[in-house]
Amino acid sequence: MTSIETDVRRYIVDKLLFGRTDTVVNGDTSFLESGLIDSTGVLELVAFLEEQFHIKVEDEDLIPANLDSINALTSFLERKSAASVNSQR
Amino acid sequence: MCGIAGFVAQNSGHCDRQMLRRMIEMVNYRGPDASGIHVAGPVGLAHARLSIIDIGGGHQPMHNEDESVWITFNGEIFNYVELREELLKKGHRFQTQSDTEVIIHLYEEKGEDCVHDLNGQWAFAIWDSKRERLFLSRDRLGVRPLFYATPSEGFAFASEIKSLLTVPSISREIDLAALDEIFTFWVTVPPRTIFKGVSELPPGHSLFLEQGHVRIQPYWTLDYNPSIGLQREEEARETLLELLLDATRIRLRSDVPVGAYLSGGLDSTVIAALVKKLGTTHLKTFSVAFEDKEFDESSFQNEASEFLKTDHEGVLCSSEDIGRVFPDVVWHTEKPVLRTAPAPLFLLSKLVREQGYKVVLTGEGSDEVLGGYDIFKEAKIRRFWAKYPESKLRPILLRRLYPYLKSMQSQPDAYLRAFFHVRKDDLSSPFFSHLPRWDMTSKLKMFFSRESRELMKSCNAMGRLDAELPSRFRQWDNFSQSQYLEAAHLLPGYILSSQGDRMAMAHSVEGRFPFLDYRVVEFASRLSPQLKMKVLNEKYLLKAAVGDLIPRSIRHRHKQPYRSPDSQSFLRGGTTGGKKGVLHEYAEELMSPRAISQAGIFDPERVSKLVEKARAGEVIGVKDNMAFVGILSTQIVVDRFIKNFPKERMT
Repeated sequence: MTSIETDVRRYIVDKLLFGRTDTVVNGDTSFLESGLIDSTGVLELVAFLEEQFHIKVEDEDLIPANLDSINALTSFLERKSAASVNSQR
Repeated sequence: MCGIAGFVAQNSGHCDRQMLRRMIEMVNYRGPDASGIHVAGPVGLAHARLSIIDIGGGHQPMHNEDESVWITFNGEIFNYVELREELLKKGHRFQTQSDTEVIIHLYEEKGEDCVHDLNGQWAFAIWDSKRERLFLSRDRLGVRPLFYATPSEGFAFASEIKSLLTVPSISREIDLAALDEIFTFWVTVPPRTIFKGVSELPPGHSLFLEQGHVRIQPYWTLDYNPSIGLQREEEARETLLELLLDATRIRLRSDVPVGAYLSGGLDSTVIAALVKKLGTTHLKTFSVAFEDKEFDESSFQNEASEFLKTDHEGVLCSSEDIGRVFPDVVWHTEKPVLRTAPAPLFLLSKLVREQGYKVVLTGEGSDEVLGGYDIFKEAKIRRFWAKYPESKLRPILLRRLYPYLKSMQSQPDAYLRAFFHVRKDDLSSPFFSHLPRWDMTSKLKMFFSRESRELMKSCNAMGRLDAELPSRFRQWDNFSQSQYLEAAHLLPGYILSSQGDRMAMAHSVEGRFPFLDYRVVEFASRLSPQLKMKVLNEKYLLKAAVGDLIPRSIRHRHKQPYRSPDSQSFLRGGTTGGKKGVLHEYAEELMSPRAISQAGIFDPERVSKLVEKARAGEVIGVKDNMAFVGILSTQIVVDRFIKNFPKERMT
């Protein structure tokens, strides 16, 4: 497990599942479909990403394809940090 | 306006006067002006009076000439003047000028059918000694509360549950099935209440106790038969205005001054405008302003007050205030709530009372009756979209919803679509309009302890509600169906009680609701949905009917539902600079793993993670906020009503 994935998982278990262990969240479980995220919860997720990973989530990034599962988030974050490393060069 | 209580002993027992006194003293804020008890053998009636009509003569319990009929009555019969005249013509002789006595004579004349003639808001009990029968009645829409219980030694009733809980043989135990309903619908479906041994008489129902046998039957039900369409708009506009004027006129009947709430929204502004139109020169209006600009509507309140030339008084409400009064608020709601919104109304009624007023007119009911709620609009858009699910343009309409919700507006399109997405089976559900709300609320059940969830497994809140739907429900159009769900359940179970009667009466203030005059309600049920919500313009006919009686800006402003700060109200010291805040002392205590485990309802680990999140100021979403307020208020109910229930009224 990458450290990004570990951080994301910890956030999900602590802040969205409130520690419950009876719900299995697989890499591709949809947060929306499983009800983990409510109608306003995505903003909370974005706040976490920006603070934890020091990135800026742009408006055009706000799509389920980037944010709606652990796998989607992990690869989104990897792309983001690669882009930010590139832009610093 | 008052508090009532009573007891009928079984098996040739006697009614214990002391017990009855404890029952009525428990709610003496409902009627601090006088109290009375009548006991005759097995039967006892008690009354706490807030004197509004016939200050000198209206003492209760009251009886007829030969003392064979006794009544204890909470509420107002607004058409008592007309009813009295008719009864006088029929030969009845009156001792007082009160509306209470009118009910007695009308009962003598018509028996239990008397309720059909009453225009008002009431909960009363009549003891008919000749028939040895107790008759309880509650108004059509549930403005006034009425609860009962059947312990082994008899039958008990009261305006509030806390009176019943003073009866030693009535157990104080949380009904998990009721919690399951509250964490779905926000309310319980009557007769169920949050306490196992206590029932609620549903609005529009009568209860008879005869020879130890209880019989309950409806005398009025909501029905929808929309026959007045757009082509008759002008006539409908005139009729609605006339009806509202008359509904307001008879609600000004009082021997003490009548004020009005003015929220800055359409409905209360309409009511204040109607009062002025009826010729009242001096009108005192009251409102809540919020420190937090996200919730504050004071600019509209001031505008309405200036336009209508009212004498306006406001109370500024901070998050701190809400947190501070919340335990007392829950003592009055007598049930868990998922929002803090009752708290500012508690502070508002305090202001009203301090200003020397005990009666206010208010705008509740308009959204249910005339089609104002966002949930109606939301359902309309979802249905429209579901016809062509692949449409790219239709879901854009979702942006038109909730413009006042900061967090909703900044939400990406794709998320809005995913949240309001119509699932395949939804369209055929009788609860189509309410499914997103109820599904989201149900998610909070994850906080229940494993034991609670095990015991709740057999609960099926929606199934039970489905079984309670009126037989004609499925013949109604979609709009009427959603109106019914609001008017039959959320209105009496939350708006008129937790935000209404209980908050006002906590400070001995009576609310009066012109939009809930049954003539208005019955007329509105004949209006076509297009007249209520024209395309996406809510309360269309009401706005057209009142026209320039109210400021144009208020007529055209986007509806902003009344809300208040939720979980942040319980934080002290703020969370600036990454520093964690601390909750109010009582909240820290009641939400602690020890208190949560002791009460046994919720899971201590999950709650502590939620509390952690709240302390960090990270409880942002609607769901987390509802969870926090719902859990805290449930813990307060357990603490105040079960663990530390006072044997007698606290002074």
